[in-house]
Amino acid sequence: MHVPEELYYTRDHEWLRVDGAEGTVGITDFAQGSLGDVVFVELPKAGTILQQGEPFGVIESNKTVSDLFAPVSGRVVAANDSLREHPEAVNQDPYGAGWIVRIALEEPAEVRNLLDAASYREQLAREQRP
Amino acid sequence: MAYTTAAAEHRAVREHCGLFDVSHMGVLELRGPATLASGQRLLVNDLARLGDGDGQYTLMCNPHGGVVDDLIVFRLHEERLVLVVNAANVATDIAWIREHAARGVEVDDRSGRSVLLALQGPDAERALRPRTSLAVDTLPPFGIRAGTVAGHPALVARTGYTGEDGFEILVEATDAAAVWDALLDGVRRQGGLPAGLAARDTLRLEAGLPLYGFELDTTTTPLEAGLGWVVKLGKGEFLGREALSRQVATGVGRSLVGLQMEDAGVPRHGQAVWIDGAPAGVVTSGCRSPTLGAFIGMAYVPSAATRPGTPIEIAMRGRRLPARVASRPFYRRVGREKHHARA
Repeated sequence: MHVPEELYYTRDHEWLRVDGAEGTVGITDFAQGSLGDVVFVELPKAGTILQQGEPFGVIESNKTVSDLFAPVSGRVVAANDSLREHPEAVNQDPYGAGWIVRIALEEPAEVRNLLDAASYREQLAREQRP
Repeated sequence: MAYTTAAAEHRAVREHCGLFDVSHMGVLELRGPATLASGQRLLVNDLARLGDGDGQYTLMCNPHGGVVDDLIVFRLHEERLVLVVNAANVATDIAWIREHAARGVEVDDRSGRSVLLALQGPDAERALRPRTSLAVDTLPPFGIRAGTVAGHPALVARTGYTGEDGFEILVEATDAAAVWDALLDGVRRQGGLPAGLAARDTLRLEAGLPLYGFELDTTTTPLEAGLGWVVKLGKGEFLGREALSRQVATGVGRSLVGLQMEDAGVPRHGQAVWIDGAPAGVVTSGCRSPTLGAFIGMAYVPSAATRPGTPIEIAMRGRRLPARVASRPFYRRVGREKHHARA
């Protein structure tokens, strides 16, 4: 299970990469594995305001459907439109080509509410315990 | 649920072949002198059409015409039938059969002792032929033969649940690992893959095949599910015959149809179907079809709204998304013509 060191994580299995005043959001390797083949990602339009912890979109596999939760508050700068044609990028490259939205951070201090890689790995270990 | 990705497995089965472990299916044997007569009473299709080594798709119905289970029945001989049933229904089926079969019919649950493997796809025969004692090239659809696979005793039937040619192979649980390995070698040599239940579901949906618990249950009748062709009202008395005869006379109020979404979104079991601005039906299952690249499903709608192209809406997450009634099956294999006469 790949959990990159430099990212922040939510308990709902989204990741956030902070790059100055912007953040990129996706779902984790664990999340894509649990969903199975992703067939549809409902993306917010650019300009949409996200609130930390609130749902901003939906991700569907044939098996199930999950809400996407905003790791931090902010305004959507870009959504990954290539997922419309190639949702499988979320499975193949969840931390790269499978990114979902880029947002202008509204309250950078909110990252304190997120997990670091070590804490997220601990959560995964707990969840995978039968 | 998937060995590689479900989409890759799906493609492998459509283009080459795939090997499934379908041991979750129940396998029941009915034995004894009254077996055939009891089968005729329990099942809606006509067992009299089967000779030894033949099989057919059939249903067990209750007296109201509701579906207790859908299954494949094979006649090994006059006093021995093999029923491949849905796993979730094994206990119900056994109780139902014991209640309605004649005395002296022995019901043997082989589910725990046997393993069922499904080898499916246009190259399934090529993958199996060098690994079995049986002349599988002359085995007709729904035919079953006893022989060996990879040297182990097996029942081999030309059946499946994917819309492709293929085989289902029943072996003793103790031989299953060896048979699996031998067949997987054959599958890989044909460019195929081991495949899981996620691919099995998208394959059966494209083929328009019903799944018990989704399209079928005790509140649906074969006629509503488009399975009227299975019900042989002329064969004599059987459970559900009266109710189904009545329904043939009066017509059905609702029918199972295919549907295709106009845009993205997976239709899911239980979502409401809206027609002309009012709830009118219910989705039974759906997926993104790997072959079509479209979002497809099946649904019960009023029988007046079954024409392909009829605009409908599917209620998803607080919205109603546009869809159309579509003809089933969504996928039909193009016949790779056989170069031999079928037995």
